[in-house]
Amino acid sequence: MPPSPVHKTSYLRSLWASRKGRGIIYQVLMFSFVTLLLLLLVSNAFYNMEQRGLKAGFGFLDRSAGFGIVQSLVDYDETSSYGRAFVVGLLNTILIASIGIVLATFLGFMIGIMRLSSNWLVSKIATVYIETFRNIPLLLQILFWYVAILKPLPSPLDLFAKGESFSFSFNNRGLVFATPVPQSGFSLVLWALAVGVLLSVGWYLYVSWRRRISGVHLPTMLPCFAFTLILPAMVFVAVGSPLEFSLPVMARFTYDGGTTIVIEFFALLWALVIYTSAFIAEIVRAGIQGIPYGQSEAAYSLGLKRSQTLKLVTIPQALRIIIPPLTSQYLNLTKNSSLAAAIAYPDLVSVFAGTALNQTGRAIEIMFMTLSVYLTLSLITSFVMNIYQSRIRLVDR
Amino acid sequence: MMNLGSIGKRLRVLCLPILFAFGVLGLTISSASALGGFGGGGSGGDYGKTLKEVKSKGYVQCGVSQGLPGFSNPDDAGNWSGIDVEFCRSVAAAIFGDADKVQYSPLSAKVRFESLRSGEVDLLARNTTWTFDRDVALGLEFVGVNYYDGQGFMVRRNLGVDSSFELNNVSVCTNTGTTTELNAADFFRANKLKYKIVAFEKADEVVAAYDAGRCDVYTTDRSGLAAQRTKLSNPREHKVLPEIISKEPLGPVVRQGDEQWADIVRWTLNALIAAEELELTSGNIASHKNSENPKIRRFVGAEGEFGTALGLDDNAWAYNIISKVGNYAEIYERTVGPKTPLGLARGANALWTKGGILYAPPLR
Repeated sequence: MPPSPVHKTSYLRSLWASRKGRGIIYQVLMFSFVTLLLLLLVSNAFYNMEQRGLKAGFGFLDRSAGFGIVQSLVDYDETSSYGRAFVVGLLNTILIASIGIVLATFLGFMIGIMRLSSNWLVSKIATVYIETFRNIPLLLQILFWYVAILKPLPSPLDLFAKGESFSFSFNNRGLVFATPVPQSGFSLVLWALAVGVLLSVGWYLYVSWRRRISGVHLPTMLPCFAFTLILPAMVFVAVGSPLEFSLPVMARFTYDGGTTIVIEFFALLWALVIYTSAFIAEIVRAGIQGIPYGQSEAAYSLGLKRSQTLKLVTIPQALRIIIPPLTSQYLNLTKNSSLAAAIAYPDLVSVFAGTALNQTGRAIEIMFMTLSVYLTLSLITSFVMNIYQSRIRLVDR
Repeated sequence: MMNLGSIGKRLRVLCLPILFAFGVLGLTISSASALGGFGGGGSGGDYGKTLKEVKSKGYVQCGVSQGLPGFSNPDDAGNWSGIDVEFCRSVAAAIFGDADKVQYSPLSAKVRFESLRSGEVDLLARNTTWTFDRDVALGLEFVGVNYYDGQGFMVRRNLGVDSSFELNNVSVCTNTGTTTELNAADFFRANKLKYKIVAFEKADEVVAAYDAGRCDVYTTDRSGLAAQRTKLSNPREHKVLPEIISKEPLGPVVRQGDEQWADIVRWTLNALIAAEELELTSGNIASHKNSENPKIRRFVGAEGEFGTALGLDDNAWAYNIISKVGNYAEIYERTVGPKTPLGLARGANALWTKGGILYAPPLR
């Protein structure tokens, strides 16, 4: 038997001998390796750009873009800068992603619950819906819905005579409506709305406090509705309707003026919502089925109705299972919205990583910015969802 | 306590991933240094590199469009045709004496320059407009013009429009990632006309959307309009308006830094035009092989060392181009000319002696 090597161990060897020490060594090695690799990639990119006479930098963002964008939430025209075009694309992406997430959640929950229905027809309809839409590639669905929505819609020329003005129309250019132009005194209405929202929140807190201490259910929906809608409406009338509308007018080829939400927005939204809701439905079903049936039985035996059982017992527990995969679906929807370029919805990828990239040739800078945007949006989404998850998690007592 | 043997064994097992990682690192470094030498602008170190590579792989990798009738378009069997494709074939004929030694890479407007710069393709013959910015700032080299084009507008006949200047308050469909978006914006702004631009990623979707009535106007290069009109459900209901709103000289592009390769591609183009000037065609060039005319003798390689000066093996390189592919006029008539579905007259693309602006520098 050789003598035990313990007495001779150096510091490094003792570090190596302990499990924790080895862990540290591996992590240091791994970290330096990854850093080195990143450094290498970056310096390589810069080296190659320099070799080709290209200069890196974000100075181009101040240059005038020169191209038009069909829909923008902020003021934009051809003289605006590339930086402005970036903001326009970003806002269009956020618009479609946020509305898409809300609608897909509603539809997904509905279909998911439908699938668990005891009614044969209802549950089969939900099954067919899910299996159809989640198994067809999204790009195909987007192109299909685009044409399917676009073709049957009339053109403005079919709808209106030249010089005719109208207040609202859904045609093959999009949803067109009169632009509201606030007049003096309109800010009072906005203040009333703010007060209404505050009152609603206060009322909600009061109601939940009352319910906790006395078990009395006070109405919430109706008073909140009154605060947020009727109060501003009353102020609006009292101030003398300080809002005018600028109507779109039919010109020779198409209408002029008004506000348009382009048809591509609806096609993309529709496709994204249908596609994502099919996945969400399955997540919801899995979440609900993950709750032991004893919970529902216990609720029934306490005399709760079916709808109450679902709302008060099953879904609150199921949410804990649902939230993490639901978050990934939200992230997917946001990222999938970049397929917009296929049907000309002016999202970030189409406007900035498409047109702007081609006009400036700044591939590395523009792709870097675009990637960072999607990363940031995704991180924000998962951050918010994690907060929600930690609020509803099971607390051990 | 663990004995030394088992530590050693563990070490070896644990070292494997680390070794692997360093292997990857080494590979990256070596490939990076290889890449580093690629197309280095103005360093002069890349002279002759492209031709050497093309010769060793045995074919020319040519970047073309994703399907534009008359320019570069695949048929049902995957065979490419069009004026740009014929140009690729001409380059292959000049180098190998065999016009079929070409591989095509269909590229979107967006990725075409990056594909060329990264060495994925050897040249671009992809209806690409020669502009200052692209030529100077993007590390590219335009070698000439193989089609003088200009941007125009197409509308439905029943709108009763006769001039582009009548187009006020219109929706305009076009492609992203091209110069057309900017040209359209410039045109409408300069003439104080209102417009909305609807920009799609692929030409096929532009056609589909325009056909479905999404837009009043379709804008792209006029040759493109002629080509895409053939894809519409009823081509006769549409017309191209007479105004040309921009200059679009379309030409082949190579990487900056390899002047030899740029010369080969440039003189392939010049040879196509020169052959038309000399009235040499694929049909008659064989009979001119022993011509007395010194211009023709130089062209077919009977006099001078023009091929070897370009780094090519064969002084009959121009002869090979014309006998295998044909001269510019033959290519034009086959691909975009009046007898094709595009039906484009020669116009500016006729020889300078015939009212056009095509002009080849002397081959001497």
